[in-house]
Amino acid sequence: MSEKLFVKGNEAVAMAAIEAGCRYYFGYPITPQSDIPEYLSRELPPLGGEFIQAESEIGAINMLLGASATGVRAMTSSSGPGISLKQEGISYMAGSELPGVIVDIMRAGPGLGGIDASQADYFQATRGGGHGGYRIIVLAPASVQEMYDLTMLAFDLSDIYRIPAMVLADSVIGQMKESLTAHPRPQTVLPAKDWAVRGREAGEPQNVVKSLYLGDGEMEAFHWKMHARYQELAEKESRWEEVQTEDATLVVTAFGSTARIAKTAISMAREAGMKVGLLRPITLFPFPKQAYEAISGNCKNFLTIELSTGQMVEDVRLSVARDAEVSFYGRPPGAGSLPTPEELFEQIKKRYLNS
Amino acid sequence: MDSGTVLTRAGTPLRMRNSMKQVFTRPESLKDVQTHFCPGCHHGSIHRLVAEAMDEFDIRSKTIGVASVGCSVFLYGYFDIDVIEAPHGRAPAVATGAKRSRDDRIVFTYQGDGDLAAIGTSEIIHAANRGEDITVIFVNNTTYGMTGGQMAPTTMVGQKTSTSPYGRNQAKDGYPIRMAELLAQLEGVAFSARVAVNSPKNVMQAKKMIKTAFRYQVEGRGFSFIEALAACPTNWGMKPLAANERVGSEMIPYFPLGVYRNTANL
Repeated sequence: MSEKLFVKGNEAVAMAAIEAGCRYYFGYPITPQSDIPEYLSRELPPLGGEFIQAESEIGAINMLLGASATGVRAMTSSSGPGISLKQEGISYMAGSELPGVIVDIMRAGPGLGGIDASQADYFQATRGGGHGGYRIIVLAPASVQEMYDLTMLAFDLSDIYRIPAMVLADSVIGQMKESLTAHPRPQTVLPAKDWAVRGREAGEPQNVVKSLYLGDGEMEAFHWKMHARYQELAEKESRWEEVQTEDATLVVTAFGSTARIAKTAISMAREAGMKVGLLRPITLFPFPKQAYEAISGNCKNFLTIELSTGQMVEDVRLSVARDAEVSFYGRPPGAGSLPTPEELFEQIKKRYLNS
Repeated sequence: MDSGTVLTRAGTPLRMRNSMKQVFTRPESLKDVQTHFCPGCHHGSIHRLVAEAMDEFDIRSKTIGVASVGCSVFLYGYFDIDVIEAPHGRAPAVATGAKRSRDDRIVFTYQGDGDLAAIGTSEIIHAANRGEDITVIFVNNTTYGMTGGQMAPTTMVGQKTSTSPYGRNQAKDGYPIRMAELLAQLEGVAFSARVAVNSPKNVMQAKKMIKTAFRYQVEGRGFSFIEALAACPTNWGMKPLAANERVGSEMIPYFPLGVYRNTANL
């Protein structure tokens, strides 16, 4: 069963959440993601689910924490200013090993910023965002279809690894309409949530969802356990897309909306006879280091493109072979800063001729 | 061990004559552990009354507790129930998520005054206003206990604390907040009362009120709120008896005991 639809990226997220079995959503209005709470406020109650427009972003993330702790699939969504407020709760969820999906439809910042597309929350998303030293799973869709697919994947990965998962898109991907093939959720084998807080029946152990560790060595043991889990995640779950990298002497690397524009620019470069490829990370955490390692064995010239003054480029530099050169082209987010394919083509041409 | 033998705290068997009737036991909902609370602290008494209410309605196995930040965080060390630890002040939001996703469970929060009446005012007011079907036990001891006795939103005017060394100055620090009265203004609240455990009479009354609060949730009547006045001898710099007396002499006159909202009476 699959259905061809024409929907907005934000709607695809909401549809995927429902298909993934999420019946609990807690949110707060903020542009450019309000389509998600609007859709779910309409669709969840008839399914027996719960929609709460929380008093604040802080309220919403803590409702997610509480629902998730009982073992159900639950979600919240927001944009930069709201995600900042949610960081406290995300840290507690990470510390409590709670799954849960957080959607961030990035807008320009800092502060109130603007509502145009941005990729400047890359650091906030991939470095954990809140206090204490933790990571969350970060998935970066570049199309409406991927908004659907990766939202479903976010629920699965989050349940399997007991790490909060974030779908990190921007207002371009969230607001644009594209065709979507809505399909049933994949039949992933998921671990039993025997840790969930549901009430302690006779004979059952007491379940406590907590992040306080005071005993000697307890906190340290927690960190090493999570560190090992992050490594496992990197080995097993890194995802990326490669376009014409086999013979490329210049590899452009970008994620999300920027990667779409870069793709067009790369086609232009190929038509002009330049051997240019694209490496698009789909998981930003774990960062697909193995792809950069492999490609930089042959190709020594990388161009990172971002809607910021450069954040992912740091991970690219940490991932490529030592003798590879990584250059950067970025536009800080804000009204009018989305680069055109022609603009990126010029940047590619400049780097290509130097390689 | 043969029946009729119980162990004392020291672990030595105490033989009881069959004719002796045991009239005072630990509530089933509480674990058999030693307390970490300071001598004269009222948390233990309040824990016990909450546990007695759980036993009374036979809801232990389906109760989810939400612990807050402060001395009350160790809820799971005392109550024999599943517990979620909430960020500071967020317990009512966490409880909302838990209750909405498991509406056949009994969900309660247990929060101190810094947690509920300062950093968590937004969460408590909106959970109450939505009429969430949860019970909130609010322990007001006029200070931040765990962090070492700083000024709380409920600190009395003139009270010296580690961050109000000259005494709380209402001109600069505002006035102690009366939460039971404040929440009673909200339509979503089914029950709001203030109790104390400083005397046998008040303990009996507190027990009745806490039972009512849980009964309202068992009956699905909406948000129920108990403010329990409590002593914090350590941070008040008082001996247990003097601290207990202060509850009656200073706190109750400003924070009167009683029922401030009861939808059964509306």
